[in-house]
Amino acid sequence: MKPASWFDRRGWSDLIIGLPYAWAIVFIFLPICIVSALSFAVPILNSPPYEFLKTWPYLSFDNFQRLFSDSIYIRAFAVSLFNASIATVLCLLIGYPMALGLTRVPKAVNRVLLMMIVLPFWTSFLLRVYAWIGLMGNNSWFNHLLTGLYNVVVPQAWHIANIQIMYTNFAVIFVVVYSYLPFMILPLYANLEKLDRTLDEAAMDLGSRPVQVFLDVTLPLSMPGIIAGGLLVFIPAAGELVIPSLVGNQSDPMVGAIISQEFGLNHDWPMASAISVALLVILVMPLMAYTRFQSRAEAGGTR
Amino acid sequence: MDRDPLSATPSDRFISVRTVTKQFGQFTAVDRVSLDIGKGELFALLGSSGCGKTTLLRMLAGFEEPTSGQIFIDGEDMAGIAPYHRPVNMMFQSYALFPHMTVEKNIGYGLKHERMTKSERDDRVAAMLDLVQLKAFARRHPHQLSGGQRQRVALARALAKQPKLLLLDEPLGALDKKLREQTQFEIANIQYETGITFVVVTHDQEEAMTLASRIAIMDSGSIRQLDTPKNVYEFPSSRFVASFIGSVNLFDAELVRQDDQFAHIAVPEIGVTLQALRRGQLHGKTRLTCAFRPEKVHMSRQPPASAVNTMQGVVQDFGYFGKDSLYRVKMPAGSLIRVNATNDLRAGDDDIVATWEDEVYLAIDPAAIMLFEDEA
Repeated sequence: MKPASWFDRRGWSDLIIGLPYAWAIVFIFLPICIVSALSFAVPILNSPPYEFLKTWPYLSFDNFQRLFSDSIYIRAFAVSLFNASIATVLCLLIGYPMALGLTRVPKAVNRVLLMMIVLPFWTSFLLRVYAWIGLMGNNSWFNHLLTGLYNVVVPQAWHIANIQIMYTNFAVIFVVVYSYLPFMILPLYANLEKLDRTLDEAAMDLGSRPVQVFLDVTLPLSMPGIIAGGLLVFIPAAGELVIPSLVGNQSDPMVGAIISQEFGLNHDWPMASAISVALLVILVMPLMAYTRFQSRAEAGGTR
Repeated sequence: MDRDPLSATPSDRFISVRTVTKQFGQFTAVDRVSLDIGKGELFALLGSSGCGKTTLLRMLAGFEEPTSGQIFIDGEDMAGIAPYHRPVNMMFQSYALFPHMTVEKNIGYGLKHERMTKSERDDRVAAMLDLVQLKAFARRHPHQLSGGQRQRVALARALAKQPKLLLLDEPLGALDKKLREQTQFEIANIQYETGITFVVVTHDQEEAMTLASRIAIMDSGSIRQLDTPKNVYEFPSSRFVASFIGSVNLFDAELVRQDDQFAHIAVPEIGVTLQALRRGQLHGKTRLTCAFRPEKVHMSRQPPASAVNTMQGVVQDFGYFGKDSLYRVKMPAGSLIRVNATNDLRAGDDDIVATWEDEVYLAIDPAAIMLFEDEA
């Protein structure tokens, strides 16, 4: 059917649906294509600092070969995935009780608490990381307090002057957990809040104690929230650049720092692209698993 | 069967609620309620929303603790006993089926806490599926079932543990009219077969009347009348109950005199003196409420044979419902009397009982007039 006029309903809906697609193509799909293509180029000292091979097969696999053979890259990936995994698990362990608590408090309290979770976003992210630097430093009162507590607990022989927190992997995980906790809590809360509380009562009525009710009813029904929150923390945490460069161990960099180094310091765009592509593949895999989980859940009836 | 399902007074006090009060802050949801329910009885708590019936049900289930008073189930004091330790199961209004479990798993959920072998458990689930005729749907998830099927899963799940007491919160509330009728007989049959004591909470009087052997009518936290469906309808104890159950014509009346058989009352709003069969003693109050149900008024276009309780009026309007019609007849004194007439003849245009502006005679049997000493 031909549109009757320029403001025809059908035409508008196509336009409105088309806009996000256009956005995704121009700003997500195309850049990924460019980066993917670059990862098969070779670096040169020119502008732009890369070129493709002049002869068959035109594409160079050197970058990926280096990626899999040089232990620096492999270690960076390992550290990134390790840090992101630990941070995600910690966010879940801290965020789940908080999200659950948010659904169990009176409405007025709930609003205040939600506000407090979102409030940190009103301050600059960098400022908050710098604040943690101030707290974690060897001469800070916070560090003195932790050291003091430690010294009280352990025998005299183990006493120390201060705890080295800054420039360790621990500091990275700690600040990542702090920064990304809201991204775990909010999707979890949205999920838990929708759950029908009479299901808990039904389970209790059928003989389950509260812990059993949680394991049988609340936990399985909150799986979509756990996965959504987990991805929102894991994916950016794995590619995190700012936090490890400010509080992390510089001799044991994460992938983000490596990409930044290759791109900026070394002017090796193709290598930076190859690492990015590898990271993308690693991060997209859990996303695809999630999509499959969801479609299976819908077919099986979690909804 | 040694029990009479319609017995008005339970021989045993299987469930005993003793002066139970429940307060939420300043609000008294249940106010000094006492009642006994016999073993194997199908008991209904009937009332409009906010009357305290659901709170009472939740106290029986253990989700709420009484502020004062006691609840005994099979002789055991339920004070401080958690829902998961009570021999009570509940069918929730929303059914509360676990969406992530199959029908089978839902029904078997409560059994995992019982000391049973797996085969015993499977047998019980199979028996429950049989009982509610859902064998073919065992592997489905709740969202793949119709409303009526979900309702039956909820019933089967609540029955699976063979509780001493089954609570049903508005069991038919979410079903459409056709399904309700079928389901209420099913529930009554299942209750009879299993012999489990049922307590039904409902705001629907029809549901309460057809299901229950006895009904407690609740209003603002207390029980206004507790009796069989028939007695509640025919012999309501108060003006409130009379107007709550079914439809009724209510008029202020004045006691003129009493003799052995009848009370003679003047009803100014109708402009006549009526005689009502006396049931029990009137306590000398002269201001009364006189009530009679629309279907107990006989309407004719010819003067009736007996002159007792006969009135004349004009049909103001009427509603035709098929099996019967509701007429509103205007009395000379100005008030309207509602009359229900069965359309027992297949009517052509001219032999309908009456139509607009027709002069009609109304007659009420003295036994059909109810008198209450409480006023509006």
